[in-house]
Amino acid sequence: MMDVIIIGGGVVGCGVARELSRYKLNIALLEKTDDISNGQSKANTAIIHGGYDAKPGTLKAKFNVLGNKMYDKVCEELDVPHKRNTSLVVSFGPDGHAELEKLLQQGIENGVPGLSIIGQDELRRREPNIGSTAYEALLVETGGIVCPYEMTQAYAENAAMNGVTFYRQAEVTGIEKVEGGWKVISKAGTFTAKAVVNCAGLYSDVINNMVSEDKISIVPRRGEYYIVDKKYADAFHASIFQLPTKMGKGILVTPTVDGTVLLGPTAEDIDDKTDTRTTAEGLAKVLKFASLTWEHIPMRNFITTYSGLRAHCDRNDFVLGEAPDAPMFFNAAGVESPGLTSAPAIAQYLAEMIADKLSANKNENFNPIRKGIPKFREMNDEQRARAISINPDYAKVVCRCETVTEAEIREAIRRPVGARSVDGVKRRTRAGMGRCQAGFCTPRTVEILCEELHISPLEVTKFGGNSKYIESYLFEKGDNENA
Amino acid sequence: MRNVDILIIGGGPAGLAAAISAYEAGCRDILILEREENLGGILKQCIHNGFGLHTFKEELTGPEYAQRYIDKVLEYGIPAQCDTMVINITPDKVVTAVSRGAGLEHFKAKSIILAMGCRERPRGSLGTPGWRCSGIYTAGTAQKFTNLKGLMPGKRVVILGSGDIGLIMARRMTFLGAKVLACVELMPYSAGLKRNIVQCLDDYGIPLLLSHTVVDIAGRERLEGVTVAEVDPKTLKPIPGTEQYFECDTLLLSVGLIPENELSTMAGVKISPATNGAEVNENLETSVEGIFSCGNVLHVHDLVDYVSEESAKAGANAYKYVQGQLSREEDTLEVENGFGVSGAVPQHISKDLNEPITIMFRPRGVFKDAQVCIDVGDVQVATKKSRILTPGEMVTLKFSPEYLRKNTNADKITVRVEAQQS
Ligand SMILES: Cc1cc2nc3c(=O)[nH]c(=O)nc-3n(C[C@H](O)[C@H](O)[C@H](O)COP(=O)(O)OP(=O)(O)OC[C@H]3O[C@@H](n4cnc5c(N)ncnc54)[C@H](O)[C@@H]3O)c2cc1C
Ligand SMILES: Cc1cc2nc3c(=O)[nH]c(=O)nc-3n(C[C@H](O)[C@H](O)[C@H](O)COP(=O)(O)OP(=O)(O)OC[C@H]3O[C@@H](n4cnc5c(N)ncnc54)[C@H](O)[C@@H]3O)c2cc1C
Repeated sequence: MMDVIIIGGGVVGCGVARELSRYKLNIALLEKTDDISNGQSKANTAIIHGGYDAKPGTLKAKFNVLGNKMYDKVCEELDVPHKRNTSLVVSFGPDGHAELEKLLQQGIENGVPGLSIIGQDELRRREPNIGSTAYEALLVETGGIVCPYEMTQAYAENAAMNGVTFYRQAEVTGIEKVEGGWKVISKAGTFTAKAVVNCAGLYSDVINNMVSEDKISIVPRRGEYYIVDKKYADAFHASIFQLPTKMGKGILVTPTVDGTVLLGPTAEDIDDKTDTRTTAEGLAKVLKFASLTWEHIPMRNFITTYSGLRAHCDRNDFVLGEAPDAPMFFNAAGVESPGLTSAPAIAQYLAEMIADKLSANKNENFNPIRKGIPKFREMNDEQRARAISINPDYAKVVCRCETVTEAEIREAIRRPVGARSVDGVKRRTRAGMGRCQAGFCTPRTVEILCEELHISPLEVTKFGGNSKYIESYLFEKGDNENA
Repeated sequence: MRNVDILIIGGGPAGLAAAISAYEAGCRDILILEREENLGGILKQCIHNGFGLHTFKEELTGPEYAQRYIDKVLEYGIPAQCDTMVINITPDKVVTAVSRGAGLEHFKAKSIILAMGCRERPRGSLGTPGWRCSGIYTAGTAQKFTNLKGLMPGKRVVILGSGDIGLIMARRMTFLGAKVLACVELMPYSAGLKRNIVQCLDDYGIPLLLSHTVVDIAGRERLEGVTVAEVDPKTLKPIPGTEQYFECDTLLLSVGLIPENELSTMAGVKISPATNGAEVNENLETSVEGIFSCGNVLHVHDLVDYVSEESAKAGANAYKYVQGQLSREEDTLEVENGFGVSGAVPQHISKDLNEPITIMFRPRGVFKDAQVCIDVGDVQVATKKSRILTPGEMVTLKFSPEYLRKNTNADKITVRVEAQQS
């Protein structure tokens, strides 16, 4: 029997895995799809929230503020790109003052440091490109941005380094109580473990409801986005929220750690937990509202659109901890925004609780340090020369938009919990995320995946399943004259 | 640091023609840097014929056309270093490149010719809603898969955009056994060459749906179909009720090309918003002295013959510059895009011009029985009649330098179309 099974490879599941690997425990993580970070953790706004937004007394408020404080250390240990770029909640017009005051007071009550209301002049000094009707703003000094999939990746790699086993394409289909623990039935086999942790995001209701009478229900709430070319990296410095009004919650404009700009998200409740489509209406709404903040949105410089589904729980809060009627079954359910911000605190909280209940000893060999894949685009000439002399694949630029080399792509595949698909490579290296959106590098990335994984081009996918690129060979195999 | 007289970035048709003409002008210190394993640029994958009608008066395939230039480069012994990617250029012409063989190298050039070509606009830039599944390729990517890798992307195809590469791929996919259901174009006219519409669509009964676009993409994993709707030709917005669904596993995009000017920008070269390429004067010299630009990185060409012609000029001028014989007049006239004209090149013309100059541009729409005019100040100095002008075909118009001297108080040169827009 194993000690702990973690269900779900998002930022929370991988975070729990890493924090649990501080203990001498036998741990496995089961992820449904072909890769970790395929759920909410890949398609979100990537903001480290200050914590003024959540209602005082909720778990969201508590873990947001705790998580925010932990970010610098975790990102330092795990080598994850992040930045304290501050957040601004802007009111457009003079009527918003009372609402801003309310947010400020709420923030203070939640224990958020560094909040203040700034006027026109200060706002325009900070953000010269802000829309002409911007009036005043709540400044959130602790607000930041992070790369959410690298965060998830980093947690997973560090957990794997410290002994956690990862199974992908391992959807959990059933959980049964057995003597001394739980039997977990998955598409990658059946496991038994003393403790189970439910980090299944949009499906955390399904998993919880398999074992507990304390039912919960998750509604997918879709958010749609545009991404603007990194030419506009300097358009805004802070993450700019709009003060909610009768017209709606507003749309954010925020820089990312990669230098692009995000516009979004919308919020629309839908009934299909797999429906990550973008829609004409949603995208139009993004533009309509975002143009308050950014009056001259460079429409010809969008590089892509996307949407993400929030795991909105009917309890309007995170569901954390041991289920009341299922001992040693732990939930991290309904972790919607600010879940990315809260993840480090949730992971630590659950890991300590579980380790305590299992009376686990510390893992003396635990190594908290994970290094990212050395990025060619961030090196200076001297470092580049050295990198190439050690590994000549660093001289082969595969993605020309983001300057990603063959060395980085190969490493992304070879690492623990490595890439298995073109999107997996993309999220680990940024190959294909730039302005030509993989037009140029896809054929080469497909070849490298074939070489590294010993598969044929017919088996390479964009993100697992049937998302294949190639339908057939044009010539008999071996007769591929041009290949 | 290696010193070079003329450093050429990119070994496609532009870079090759520039190298050859610089050599023929007398330069013996030239270096071509090319990031791919072989010279030839995008022509390597253009295995159809139709190249070289202007230059060689015969129909060649892309690789054959490129080979003529590669052979010349070899014959002259012009060094070309392949598998070498240029990653930086400074305004004082220090070039950084990386390669497996030589690692990281610096070159100090007297003159640089930018010939990096262009890349294709992706789906994301269109903001088409729907699923983000596999099965959506730019036409050039599909062309690379079929023609260079021997791999077939799919069997039921819709093409979005009627650029030349899309048209060529409609025919190619048909040859390879795929069913091409339609070519869908947002504008009321095609962005491609007339001859490609006839030879690649009409001959195979592939419908060209003008004033239509893809409004939805279906398929969770692999593409399953697209919804196409008619658009209002004025607002370009889809008209509700006109939707039709095409079941397909492949969507090819041919929705425009973007000159690849990241390096140019690093060198401080000014980029024109109209062409997305460098701003140049009549010598094809950019805003940075001694840096020249030609081929698709300067502006998107329709015919490779024009690329070769333009690039030969850039090569010869670069050598004049190296010898100190190229005067750079600060006193220039700006070329203005008048009615019906977009992206005229060059953007600046010296007032002391002493050779005839050709201006190239793309019509901003379809015009019938049109006349193209060049004005120096308010004096019309050149005209050319044309039965039909379309954005898919580049227009060239020459005028003689004497008009500049005659009209010394002119403050600009205007290129414009006289016609009824149809
Ligand atoms: C549009 C949007 C914007 C957001 N913006 C922010 C923000 O700016 N800041 C912030 O702090 N937070 C934000 N969030 C919230 C944040 O993204 C999430 O809270 C966080 O990613 C949750 O991580 P998770 O691991 O709980 O869930 P997920 O990342 O969804 O991971 C759950 C995983 O479980 C797997 N799984 C599901 N069912 C099973 C099964 N039966 N068996 C095995 N595996 C299974 C899934 O495949 C998935 O990989 C946003 C969320 C969205 C959707
Ligand atoms: C898919 C496609 C189909 C076409 N079909 C036709 C046709 O049917 N008929 C026709 O007449 N014309 C056609 N054309 C147009 C014609 O091929 C182009 O006009 C011509 O190839 C442009 O030449 P170029 O040298 O400017 O660019 P390219 O051919 O693109 O060459 C640019 C070269 O620069 C290299 N390079 C770029 N950046 C760097 C760097 N940083 N370091 C080193 N090297 C670099 C590239 O690898 C490439 O080899 C087609 C174009 C495309 C894209």
